Amino acid sequence: MSNTGMFAKKTLLAVGVVITFVVYSFALRNQGHSPIIAPASLKNNPSSGSTGSNTATTGSTNNSSSGSSNMGMMSSTKYKDGSYTGSVANAYYGNVQVQVSVSGGKITNVQFLQYPNDNPNSQYINSQATPYLKQEALQAQSAQVNGVTGATLTSQAFVQSLSSALSQAQA
Amino acid sequence: MKQTEIIMGMPVTLEIVGYEDSDAAIRDTFDYFKSVDKRYSTYKPDSEISRINNGLPREEWSDEMRTVLDLCERTKHETDGYFDIRHNDKLDPSGLVKGWAIEQAAEHLRKRGVKNFYLEAGGDIQTNGKNADGEAWKVGIRNPFDIHEIIKVITTSGEGIATSGTYIRGQHIYDPHVPNLPIESIKSLTVIGPNIYEADRFATAAFAMSEDGIGFIDALDGFEGYMIDDNKTATFTRGFERYVA
Repeated sequence: MSNTGMFAKKTLLAVGVVITFVVYSFALRNQGHSPIIAPASLKNNPSSGSTGSNTATTGSTNNSSSGSSNMGMMSSTKYKDGSYTGSVANAYYGNVQVQVSVSGGKITNVQFLQYPNDNPNSQYINSQATPYLKQEALQAQSAQVNGVTGATLTSQAFVQSLSSALSQAQA
Repeated sequence: MKQTEIIMGMPVTLEIVGYEDSDAAIRDTFDYFKSVDKRYSTYKPDSEISRINNGLPREEWSDEMRTVLDLCERTKHETDGYFDIRHNDKLDPSGLVKGWAIEQAAEHLRKRGVKNFYLEAGGDIQTNGKNADGEAWKVGIRNPFDIHEIIKVITTSGEGIATSGTYIRGQHIYDPHVPNLPIESIKSLTVIGPNIYEADRFATAAFAMSEDGIGFIDALDGFEGYMIDDNKTATFTRGFERYVA
């Protein structure tokens, strides 16, 4: 607002934003998305019920109309209450393991027990770009929260571990 | 009432407080996400986007598809053509659809009179109103170095919160200006914005700017950010602290 330099900077950055979308789209295509649509572990899971888009209906048919969401179907199945730990699945950079909580026959929580932690060799490149911003060391918080934000949880390993946890929860 | 379903391969969670027919509201919301998956998945041969890519005439496109493709087209114009959903002569609007879908679902909830809710898809969050304790919703930022830890708690009531990072998929987002250098110096970037659609777009974009992304968020009106780098140090925007619980 105060000067044209600011405006020019914003414009430049906006351009960067867009390029990112394109890159991100590719990343989606190449990484998370495609294996999720028809994960082998789910297709072969005999207990995972019917096909995608029919939801709250009892849906225990076994005809699989190809292409519809296996994942949607999985969660409309009725589960036994309890807590179920999935298998350890190998993600690209490490292991993924989830724990599923079921209450009232429905999934109430999906928690990670293991999580990949990549880039052990990467180095922090010191940047002088933002000297006016504050910094702090990371510090664990103990407060109760309603939810957690984090990078996208989609991955084939996640689906595998989840699938094994849910197969234990089948009523 | 709180419930999670797995849709599009990610957990979608909706918690509703103080609304009579929350069962139906939750069911409709999950149905909506399934319909989005069905319409926009380029991996489903029968999705609308796949059929469009296989020559479905424009007159037969749904209104919703037109809206989304218009948003893509508008963004393309606003950015001198850098944002282009056309690759190899096929359309793929997925870079825009996730945040947009969460925002749409949130709008549906508001319209039916749900005042207090927490809606999350794969770590991206839209809140509204108050939580079950009658307070602002509390959202933790996950420690990218230790999944069991939350390293910040922020309070929101209506904003969208999105986090970009490489740590769960093990994927790298590249700086388009330096495409040969993977971004490794920052671990995650959380953005609070006026709604999840905007927060998600800008979190993704700013992450690709690596260390400079947090400055980019700082310069945007109505956005705050919290960046975690490889030194386990967080850098945050000048207005971020007012959201800290």
